[in-house]
Amino acid sequence: MSAKARERALYLISPIALLLLWELLLRAGLGDRRFIPAPSDIAVRFWAMTVSGELALNVAVTLYRVFAGFFLGIVPGIAVGLLMAMFRPVRIFFDPLIAALFPIPKIALMPLLLLVLGFGDASKIGVVAIAVFFPVIINTYAGAANIEKIYWDVAKNYGANQSVMFRRVVFFGALPTIFAGLRIALAVSFIVLVAAEFVATKVGIGYLIWNSWELLQVDTMFVGIVTIGVLGLITSVLFQEIERKVIPWKAE
Amino acid sequence: MAANKRGAAIEIAALRKEYVSAAGHIVALSDIDLRVAPGEFVCIVGPSGCGKSTLLRILAGLDTQSSGTIAVDASGWPVQNAMVFQESGLFPWMSVSANVGFGLMTRGVPRAEAAERVEAALKLVGLTKFRNHYPHQLSGGMRQRSAIARAFVTDPGMLLMDEPFAALDAQNRVILQAELVRIWERTGKTVVYVTHSIEEALLLGDRTVVMTAQPGRIKRIIDVPFPHPRNLMTLSASAEFGRLKLDIWRVLEEEVMRARTEEEEG
Repeated sequence: MSAKARERALYLISPIALLLLWELLLRAGLGDRRFIPAPSDIAVRFWAMTVSGELALNVAVTLYRVFAGFFLGIVPGIAVGLLMAMFRPVRIFFDPLIAALFPIPKIALMPLLLLVLGFGDASKIGVVAIAVFFPVIINTYAGAANIEKIYWDVAKNYGANQSVMFRRVVFFGALPTIFAGLRIALAVSFIVLVAAEFVATKVGIGYLIWNSWELLQVDTMFVGIVTIGVLGLITSVLFQEIERKVIPWKAE
Repeated sequence: MAANKRGAAIEIAALRKEYVSAAGHIVALSDIDLRVAPGEFVCIVGPSGCGKSTLLRILAGLDTQSSGTIAVDASGWPVQNAMVFQESGLFPWMSVSANVGFGLMTRGVPRAEAAERVEAALKLVGLTKFRNHYPHQLSGGMRQRSAIARAFVTDPGMLLMDEPFAALDAQNRVILQAELVRIWERTGKTVVYVTHSIEEALLLGDRTVVMTAQPGRIKRIIDVPFPHPRNLMTLSASAEFGRLKLDIWRVLEEEVMRARTEEEEG
């Protein structure tokens, strides 16, 4: 077995071992399968919900809300972070706001958002956007502020105006750090959205989890939890691919 | 690039640069008077901390003097100056051709014209095959050649070079020095070249300005009598080259020793 194949096998061993242990313990009678379903029970339910289309609908709605909120939050986050690095007054203006607003659990804003944006998708998208805004600002600012001095010197000596500096130098110089922020933001999106979907909606993975808890359909609840994990994994892998394409100079 | 045009003329008078740092009040440059003729290749040597890089940065507009004047006459040239930095300073996120064309893009040169000029500059430094590479895919020598192309492509009246080959290995350095001299001989630009290597200063320049440290002053200006075009290899093996090198070394040695004792005492 090559080193790469061995690493890939090792990568799969821990989740498989965990699932096997879980299955065996339940089959051995340790634990009540009504409250803690075995992986095989979850798999059966997962399949049934896939065939019926119930899962696909909830996944689609959740993904729509995650990505709408994600993009709505990261675009101003990146812009403000870059402006903060380029212009001292902008930084001084935003610093106290960020320090005060970042630590607030964004889900605590949900009632307010329901009041303002209503019970539709807008309030869920809004809470995701607000939640991703902060880690993206902070990472973008850090990345842009730490660009090596020589790049500023070169840009200035070669006649770059503020606009060129912003679009061609500061943005790209900060891009690797921006991407680190975006990966955090992506995880935050799922965390916040599932919590938001617990209340005031009739569709989405978060709703599926909460609703099945209330109905004591524990296997359905687990399907929801597993689905979120799988979605997180897939989007994160896709994201790494995008990163590799967008930042080819970082590869080596 | 017009070979019949002469480069920019520089006149530096009573230049002084001081700044306050954690170590206290520092006089980086003091009483700097220097005239550089159009098309001249002037090298500045001196111990580290003599302010030679600061002088270059002031010439480049990246720093400002505390007092004194700098007058540069680059009339007839599209760009006053272009700097080549010690570490190439190529943008890692741009291809070689985008890096080389950066100074044209910032100045709004039409795309077709810019592409043509970039191609010519890449040809000048022998990098046409690497136009689509990224800097991390190039060797150190190729990066510095790209940086030189980036400077030449803007057609500046003067080139400011801050130890551009210091980070290269000896073989690459020799090759690039020869290339630089060859290009300079063809373009007639004024060059101000900062180095800590006496040998390099003598090989490349028409005059060598020897500086002293703390405060940075001009100690002596030495005319380099070797005619152009130069063959750097045979030149560096000549007896006169050795004699001049020793002369300058004696001037510098005094300075280096003085700076060392001051450091030890203070």
